[in-house]
Amino acid sequence: MAASRKLTRRQVLKGTAAAGALGMLGGLDWVGQVWGAQDKVKMGFIFVGPRDDYGYNQAHFEGKSAVAKLDWVKAFDEEKVPETIEVQKTMESMIKLDGAQVLFPTSFGYFDPHILKVAPQFPNILFLHCGGLYQEGKHPKNVGSYFGYIDEAQYVAGIVAGGMTKSGKLGFVAAKPIPQVLRNINNYTLGARSIRPNCTTNVIFTGDWSLPVREAEATNSLVDQGIDVITCHVDSPKVVMTTAEKRGIYCTGYHCNQAKLAPRGYLTGAEWNWAKIYMDYADMIRKGQKVPNLVRGGLKEGLVRVADYNKVVTDSVRKQADAAKAKFMSGAMIVYKGPIKDNTGRDVIPAGKQYVQTDIWLESMDWLVEGVIGSTKS
Amino acid sequence: MEVGWWGVLIAVLGGAIRIGTPFLFVSLGECLTEKSGRINLGLEGTLVMGAMTGYAISLHSGSPWLGVLCAGLAGAVLGALHSWLCSYQRVNDIAVGIAMMLFGTGLAFFLGKPYIQPSAPRLPSIDLGGWSNVPQLTAALQINALFLIGIVVAITLGWILKNTSWGLKVRVVGESADAARALGLPVDRIRILSTAQGGFLAGIGGSYLSLYYPFNWSEGLSSGQGLMAVALVIFARWQPLACLWVSLLWGGAAALGPSLQSVGITYGYYIFNAIPYIMTLAVMIITCSPRRSLVGVPHELTVTR
Repeated sequence: MAASRKLTRRQVLKGTAAAGALGMLGGLDWVGQVWGAQDKVKMGFIFVGPRDDYGYNQAHFEGKSAVAKLDWVKAFDEEKVPETIEVQKTMESMIKLDGAQVLFPTSFGYFDPHILKVAPQFPNILFLHCGGLYQEGKHPKNVGSYFGYIDEAQYVAGIVAGGMTKSGKLGFVAAKPIPQVLRNINNYTLGARSIRPNCTTNVIFTGDWSLPVREAEATNSLVDQGIDVITCHVDSPKVVMTTAEKRGIYCTGYHCNQAKLAPRGYLTGAEWNWAKIYMDYADMIRKGQKVPNLVRGGLKEGLVRVADYNKVVTDSVRKQADAAKAKFMSGAMIVYKGPIKDNTGRDVIPAGKQYVQTDIWLESMDWLVEGVIGSTKS
Repeated sequence: MEVGWWGVLIAVLGGAIRIGTPFLFVSLGECLTEKSGRINLGLEGTLVMGAMTGYAISLHSGSPWLGVLCAGLAGAVLGALHSWLCSYQRVNDIAVGIAMMLFGTGLAFFLGKPYIQPSAPRLPSIDLGGWSNVPQLTAALQINALFLIGIVVAITLGWILKNTSWGLKVRVVGESADAARALGLPVDRIRILSTAQGGFLAGIGGSYLSLYYPFNWSEGLSSGQGLMAVALVIFARWQPLACLWVSLLWGGAAALGPSLQSVGITYGYYIFNAIPYIMTLAVMIITCSPRRSLVGVPHELTVTR
């Protein structure tokens, strides 16, 4: 214990000294200038769960694998790193032992306090966090965040769900009522209601990101209540998809493609395409460009995508979904356009007001749209 | 068909069977082990190891039942290892149990890496609800043969412990090792056998998780069910048949949270999800008394000695 404390103090001293030295050189500009461009770009990825979970971590791992194929990139990763002091140790060892220039701690809970604690010690290393927590001015300059508007893909999936449901009841198994989850639920519901106005989405919050037994129970309960299309926002959608298939209802996927798990009922899915953003980052670092602190993008930018439709999806539904997709691709689609009420009847967005996708207000969403059966209160 | 609020009852009934079955196997295993005077906290690891082994064997052989058998055998090996370590002087079975728990889960995660992606053949289900024209009830009464086997094991185990000479030996060893030695009983051997059999049952419980419900091998599969089963045995007062009722009760309680949300009770789901634990605490408090000791507790257990 004593030894590790000593080490940490030394690290802090080193970090401050380095920061001071760099500061004197004038500005903390980016790694491209510190490292020679002829070296390989060294990228470290940290996952909270297993690499092959059919879900969130697999989507990131697929991105990492794509960037690792470039011969001028050296990418390494560590899986199943808890959101505790463990991730700080992992970040430090990736920097010191592997020589990482840029770190991608991909889990929501890595940011505060872990990245915020380690980043100031290594001012010339980039810490790019996946999620919406970075705030300019408030957080260290070598920290940044990137995230995809997967809710755009959820909107399209919602259209497919709304077009294919017979009962008009959709189901959503969600982990926790945080803004990103609520945004997915709302977009899914708005998508479905855009073509079937009386459609409802029944939400069950399980309380945590990976609880296979409770996710299966939630799916069964929803099916018992008559829902006939289900989707989810949990770390690994595997259980929800296989349970839905067993009960003979439709499902739409999340994170990455689960069509293999439910060949009969998997209508479509909202997927990440992290390969694109990791390639972009690698390229910027190699060329010595300044890496932006905030990167966002949706279908248009190629950060997310909609899975291929199942053959059971009818032509008219395909057409409506493709039309919405095209509007997203052209940038003409605005999902949050008033009047929009929440499910308690309150006017959240009055008529005439609209929020474009990049609006930061949407990243603090704490309400559920009309048509959702569920509550954000725990 | 609209079931509305009946859906909650159906979910609790179905959940009792679906979620309760692994609890039943693990608690029966722990019950036998504790009757012989040992506590095996490692059953959490055994459960996870069983889940992994069952899934892997089912995938490679194509036979989920062979998977169940191998899961049991893997559990028996872990149980025997635990008991063998504990048979040395002054080895604390609680500490060894915790070590075995970490060892079992760690080993299962290590060996189970290649099995997260592929889909193994699933255990078949039996339709007990064919008489009903309510599809929800039919689905809830789709059960797995392992549940029926579990009931048979619970009854048989109770009968064996009470009526056979083997059961008497196990109980004597659990009540007083000194008395057992005076009778010339091989204390260590009986304990090793009981713990290995207990591990066998827990391993089968694990294979139920991965091969039937929720039918998935992943590292978050167990989430403490092996540990809960240890508390469940105390709750059931070391009676195999009571383990059956308590497992069903816990399974039903675990199904309550999600099903209440599905009918629109959207507040307090963290509390509803915690009902099995609240229930345990409540029963423990209600049934405890300073004037008498627990009925049925084996006196050789380290926690009661």
